[in-house]
Amino acid sequence: MAGHVLLIEDEPNIIEAIRFILSRAGWRVDTHSNGVDAAEVVRARNPDILILDVMLPGRSGYDILRDLREAPETKALPVLMLTARGQSKDREMAERAGASRFMTKPFSNAEVLDAVRALAPS
Amino acid sequence: MKQAELARNAGISASYLNLIEHNRRRIGGKLLLDIAEILQVDPTMLTEGAGAALISTLREAAMESEASGAELDRVDEFAGRFPGWAQLLSDTRGRVAALERTVEILTDRMTHDPHLAASLHEMLSTVTAIHSTASILAEPGEIDAEWQARFHRNIHEDSERLAETSRGLVTYLEADHAGATETGAPQEELDAALEAAGHHVPELEGRAEVEGPLARMGETLSAPARALLDRWLRRYAADAAALPLDRLAEPLAEHGPDPAALAQALQADPAQVMRRLAALPPDMLPAPVGLAICDGSGVLVYRKPVADFPMPRFGAACPLWPLYRALNRPLVILAGPVIHPGRAGDGLWAEAVAVPQGRIAVNADPLYEAHMLVRPRPGAAAGARGATPPAGPPQEVGVACRVCPRTPCPGRREPSILGG
Repeated sequence: MAGHVLLIEDEPNIIEAIRFILSRAGWRVDTHSNGVDAAEVVRARNPDILILDVMLPGRSGYDILRDLREAPETKALPVLMLTARGQSKDREMAERAGASRFMTKPFSNAEVLDAVRALAPS
Repeated sequence: MKQAELARNAGISASYLNLIEHNRRRIGGKLLLDIAEILQVDPTMLTEGAGAALISTLREAAMESEASGAELDRVDEFAGRFPGWAQLLSDTRGRVAALERTVEILTDRMTHDPHLAASLHEMLSTVTAIHSTASILAEPGEIDAEWQARFHRNIHEDSERLAETSRGLVTYLEADHAGATETGAPQEELDAALEAAGHHVPELEGRAEVEGPLARMGETLSAPARALLDRWLRRYAADAAALPLDRLAEPLAEHGPDPAALAQALQADPAQVMRRLAALPPDMLPAPVGLAICDGSGVLVYRKPVADFPMPRFGAACPLWPLYRALNRPLVILAGPVIHPGRAGDGLWAEAVAVPQGRIAVNADPLYEAHMLVRPRPGAAAGARGATPPAGPPQEVGVACRVCPRTPCPGRREPSILGG
């Protein structure tokens, strides 16, 4: 087993595709689709890597990430942010919020897999 | 009261009063009070009258653009001596400010319009899902049958959702465009009016009175757009008089919408034939035809797109269009198949010709205007007649660089938003 990934994304077919790609590469994949309780879910499931969408129902990915960075147990959690926007402003916001990496939709499967591998704790 | 009388009563010379009136001498103190009393007005009326707002605007304009070197200390004199020019400058500044606000609102809207942002986000998410799922299916190697069926179903669902979202987005943007007359350029207003009329004006078939259709079609247009419409209608009327529908019917049945053959049969200008073909009522043609007209600088001055040959609503078109090649070879009809990237089928047939505008004059080079007619490929449409031109691979052309995936392209002016 390569590790544990938690994917927080509200688009079911993206969830299904990413889950398939990562599971096939040996990762255990957990998913969640709501922004409101996302931070609690992250703390409860304690993943090795978090993949976090920016536009989630209930709460933005930036806000969730800021919460996570303030809590000691998730301060150093590797986080890959996904967004449908690709402007430099959004990239800056993701960096300021504490994202480890940033990826804009539409992305390729290989990019996701490479990013997750790069973020994996050695 | 006459100027001389006022000057006398105030105890100053008429020429000095003249200087005051033209803002070349300042007025204040006792003299101001005296003149106000003689005229029986409040003294502030004389110093802060209608001109005060104008002078204030001029001051602001000068201070905003210090690099212009406008003589701030002589603003009163300028407004007094050239009130018309000063007002023009003030009005222009007001117009610039209004336009800047409009640009700001539109820019802000593109960034913050919740509906637009949500629609684009939805589209990009759906595209991502399709892209990821299709990549998995396209990979070499076997995928479990259950997963395969699930992915096929997901792609099907997502493609339906994408179609629905894009339809909704287009409807939204079109509705928005319909309400944006004030911000559109006159040419865009004209394009919208002609599109709404189906490019056909029944009142001008057989009669050359443009006032009726001008009033009907130009009701909501700005004055510059109405001027363009007026010119377009006059040309339509002249074309309709030269090539009336009953004269066109027979050769059209024999040759189909082939502008070269029709021009030959009717002894007419091929460009005029193209304009008539684009203006025909739908029941006279087996399939709609499109037409683009550009002036010598390449700017589109008329556009009638068809389903398989979209044309840019704003800005410049694809430089690979035969329309622009025609400008290089005036008075030669260039004909051949064309296709947009990503379109299925054999493409369409395009005929383009550049003809001089205006009459021959001494030592004056002609200005050319190019026409390009796009129609179904001869032989492809049921019932199409006329000589079948030699078949060949269609020339790939785009709509405009921003929305064209074609790469590399010798005609590319700017990067495409489609990536690739």
